[in-house]
Amino acid sequence: MTLEQVVNETKAFYCLECGKCSGSCPVSRHNPAYSPRMLVENALMGLENDLVHARELFSCLTCYACSLKCPSDVDYPLFIQKTRALASTRGEHGACAHSGTLQALSRLMASPAIKQRRLEWLSNGYRIAAQSDALFFVGCAPYFEPFFEDIGVESLQPAKGSLRILNSLGIEPVILEDEKCCGHDLLWTGDVAGFKALAEHNADIIKKAGVKKIVFSCAECYRTFKEDYPKYVSIDCELQHISELLSARIDKDGLDLKEVKKKVTYHDPCRLGRHLGIYEPPRDVLKAIPGMELVEMSRNREDSLCCGTSAFTNCDLYSKQIRVERLLEAKSTGAEVLITSCPKCQIHFKCAMVSKGKEKGPDVEIAVMDWAEFVASALGVEDEQQQ
Amino acid sequence: MNGFEPKIVAFTCNWCSYAAADLAGTSRIHYPSNVRIIRVMCSGMIDPIYVLRAFEAGFDGVLLAGCHIGDCHYISGNMRAEERTAKLRRLLHTLGLEDERLKLEWISAAEGGGFAETIKEYVGQLKQLGPSPLRKEATA
Repeated sequence: MTLEQVVNETKAFYCLECGKCSGSCPVSRHNPAYSPRMLVENALMGLENDLVHARELFSCLTCYACSLKCPSDVDYPLFIQKTRALASTRGEHGACAHSGTLQALSRLMASPAIKQRRLEWLSNGYRIAAQSDALFFVGCAPYFEPFFEDIGVESLQPAKGSLRILNSLGIEPVILEDEKCCGHDLLWTGDVAGFKALAEHNADIIKKAGVKKIVFSCAECYRTFKEDYPKYVSIDCELQHISELLSARIDKDGLDLKEVKKKVTYHDPCRLGRHLGIYEPPRDVLKAIPGMELVEMSRNREDSLCCGTSAFTNCDLYSKQIRVERLLEAKSTGAEVLITSCPKCQIHFKCAMVSKGKEKGPDVEIAVMDWAEFVASALGVEDEQQQ
Repeated sequence: MNGFEPKIVAFTCNWCSYAAADLAGTSRIHYPSNVRIIRVMCSGMIDPIYVLRAFEAGFDGVLLAGCHIGDCHYISGNMRAEERTAKLRRLLHTLGLEDERLKLEWISAAEGGGFAETIKEYVGQLKQLGPSPLRKEATA
């Protein structure tokens, strides 16, 4: 892959230099050194060295806010994805958060010799099947659970909630023990070979499982399967986010939802919202819960603000500022709970709340919950461990 | 596993365990040569990535060694090491690696013999366990 190919594939040559991307970029607002327009400009001028060695290359949140505003339809996040792959061949991997531990876990998983024990969290309370039409893709939650425990994130809750929802609908999904990370973080930090290995493995085991439909609770896995996998492997299944599945059911048969007297607000994860255009299904289900009030933040749906970090790279002061901005926005709605459907948004928001002392800044404490976890409790299906 | 020689990387703290390894050397105590020692200032600075990189590189076992609890040169670095090790163990367990592949040991600067014993014991343990599934045979 050369820079010229990157420019051609992402139609970056259509750039008008209007700067709408930089104007709408959440990172540029806080970090004046970062300018999407300048990065595209450097690419068009063929300044490959400036581009691949720029620290800012890994600052992009790939949140798609710019691409939606671009009058020339330049796929800026794809441009970043491909330029990072190019940078990676030149030895640049960005400043990965947690020293790259999470990327290392994905790379280790990619090794064919690895036999994981990733289903130990499953208890008898959940009904799963050995053979079924539907497969539930868990994602990296079993690894995030111990890793982010100390900042108060229960990373397995989205998966547990989704399973409870599926079970209450009478669906007993297949869950695969040898499922591996979808490769999202590796792809977006430039490790295409690692991503490909993971994608091929997942495509292979899913084919062997003989399922017709894959259900996701993680917005990132969903996007990766839907948008990135088809470029490398073939997955011959219907793909669905748990919120799409449930909202379709509500339209068809209605659901017995318990009353929840709470005021909540919903944060659109970039991957589910702008990347895939899924704004309404999660909201429709929340609105169907009796007694609950759903209030919107001033920036919602396609104008939603990103949670501040993606693919665990270049998490810096500016990321923190974006998080604080979003959390203050959520608090200003008067909501008690901030609901999101991406496990990583939850991790990043909770992380912004743990700063102490001088770094504390404004009070951003608000309860953050995953969509599936919240809805499962409204469906009246309690976590069997809490009973 | 015939003739299997495990490769171990040991992260030893500057103040206790590295000094213990030094003492083992100056006291001419013999211990197996399967271990590669990396000196770090404190066991508390051993980032999980060091351990994961070691496994990625194909090492069969990783030994983390620091001062005894209460004796840390930086007061509480070894407690951090203990917490991190517990977290890492859970990650490695989920990855399907055996618990024995990561060992945490407190060895003071006076325990040269203890250092040699730890290595001997660990090499024996890993020989029983066999090579890491991530081992790169070409470099073995």
